Amino acid sequence: MSTETRPVRQWLLTLPSLTWLAVFFVIPAILVIITAFRPTDLQGGVGAGWTMATLREVQDPAYLPILWRTLWLSGATTLICLALALPVAFQMARVGPHMRQVLLLLVVIPFLSNFLIRIFAWKSLLHPEGPLTKLLIGLHLIPENAVLLNHVGTVLLVLVYTQLPFAILPLYAAAEKFDFGLLDAARDLGAGPWRAFFKVFVPGVLRGLISASVMVFVCCLGQYVIPQMVGGTSDEMLGSKIAQRVFSDRNLPHASALAGGLMLAVLVPMLLVVLWQQFGRKEAE
Amino acid sequence: MKRSRLPAFITFGVILFLFAPLVVLVVNSFNASRFGGEWEGFTWNWYVKLWAAGEVWESLWITLKIAFSASLAAMALGTLAAYSLHRFRSWLQTVHHMLITLPLVMPDILMGMSLLALFVLSGIETGLLTIWIAHVTFCLSFVTMVVLGRLQDFDFTLLDAARDLGATQAKAVKKVLLPLLLPGVLAGGLLAFTLSIDDYVITFFVSGPGTTTLPLRVASMMKTSRSLPMINALSALLIASTFIFAALSSRLQRRA
Repeated sequence: MSTETRPVRQWLLTLPSLTWLAVFFVIPAILVIITAFRPTDLQGGVGAGWTMATLREVQDPAYLPILWRTLWLSGATTLICLALALPVAFQMARVGPHMRQVLLLLVVIPFLSNFLIRIFAWKSLLHPEGPLTKLLIGLHLIPENAVLLNHVGTVLLVLVYTQLPFAILPLYAAAEKFDFGLLDAARDLGAGPWRAFFKVFVPGVLRGLISASVMVFVCCLGQYVIPQMVGGTSDEMLGSKIAQRVFSDRNLPHASALAGGLMLAVLVPMLLVVLWQQFGRKEAE
Repeated sequence: MKRSRLPAFITFGVILFLFAPLVVLVVNSFNASRFGGEWEGFTWNWYVKLWAAGEVWESLWITLKIAFSASLAAMALGTLAAYSLHRFRSWLQTVHHMLITLPLVMPDILMGMSLLALFVLSGIETGLLTIWIAHVTFCLSFVTMVVLGRLQDFDFTLLDAARDLGATQAKAVKKVLLPLLLPGVLAGGLLAFTLSIDDYVITFFVSGPGTTTLPLRVASMMKTSRSLPMINALSALLIASTFIFAALSSRLQRRA
């Protein structure tokens, strides 16, 4: 393929999307960081001048358990999603083209269904008067007065539910390109099915595995709707605090300090992954 | 050699897990019982109530207006972006590629928060315009990725052939590249449209008075238990339309 070199054309074609993202993605991200160093004003806006006070407020030890909960919930969600998505991606890549289309559609539909509705579905399923609670009580699997909602486990369950397609899709994209002859070769050479799966298939889809983990983990870090809707008052995540500072306290600088911290924690590793993939893209050519 | 059945079983279980809550929701939308714990008979009642809820349809209209205009803009910007990412190799495209990729992994709350900061600091009143801007921003990357995937399969010698046969560059693009690329662009547009209709978190941050989109309406309905069965009915309708959209979009992607 001939690569065009005329610089003017390149700039003209690149400028619209580049400008849009610079104005509405890069500058806002920088503004969040800047706002963290601004004082609040009484109307819930941002005042003039500079201050370090917000940064000191954010170091409140009360945030530590929330930070910890956010991290372990995100980590656990990622692990569970990967454990479920790996065999699914494996299966999807192995079946025939027609079945593959069907499976893909089945994974994509919940992914495209409204996010709130998926949470609502679980909320009504786990409601004390809901079908699942009644079923489990009927089977004597849970005690009569058990409450399935408003529990940190519920938050984890719904996190896994909403994030699972995000793990399956990149893994499937990688598994589709995987040469399954390698697995047969490993089996022929005496590897058991588990060993072949973990020593040949998993390294073969490593790139997809990394994309999937990053995608799920990062999405979880910013969650606030799920803990708010199916969690109890003690199941807040970092996102809950950011939303609370914006909408209840009208304290934009404080919210910005929290969001800015989260943003740095997310974007720096992401930049590294993107650079690594760019490097891989160049290498592959 | 015998293949393990385990992946097939897990896949079946996962699909069941993904769909069970949605199926229960749809079934309950016809259930006369308010909480849906037991089947108390078939009813259209919740759909009738939903039909009469004017504010829901008003929200749907706002949502559709935003989704339509935002996905059009994202289609135009995303197609250009994909074309330049595909055609050129330079430091500019490395930066461009990075900027396109990052919004895909930016948690919604951070995108909402940072756009809110932009609008507050620049004194722009939040409303339809700010929601539209936010939606174009997060749809842009998705459209670019879909079109980029299409472009990778495109045979660029076709353009050279058109040029050899006397077409100008502009004419070759218009008559050869765009028609062949169209299914990909439309698939990207459909994805943008669904994402825009679905978005709650980012919209919540940048919405203003009088711009209650459908997800925002659903969220406020979820707070009053009286309207819960109505959400079942609304959900069933939305799931059905997602089904149609996903099937349509997968057909578009396959045909090319």
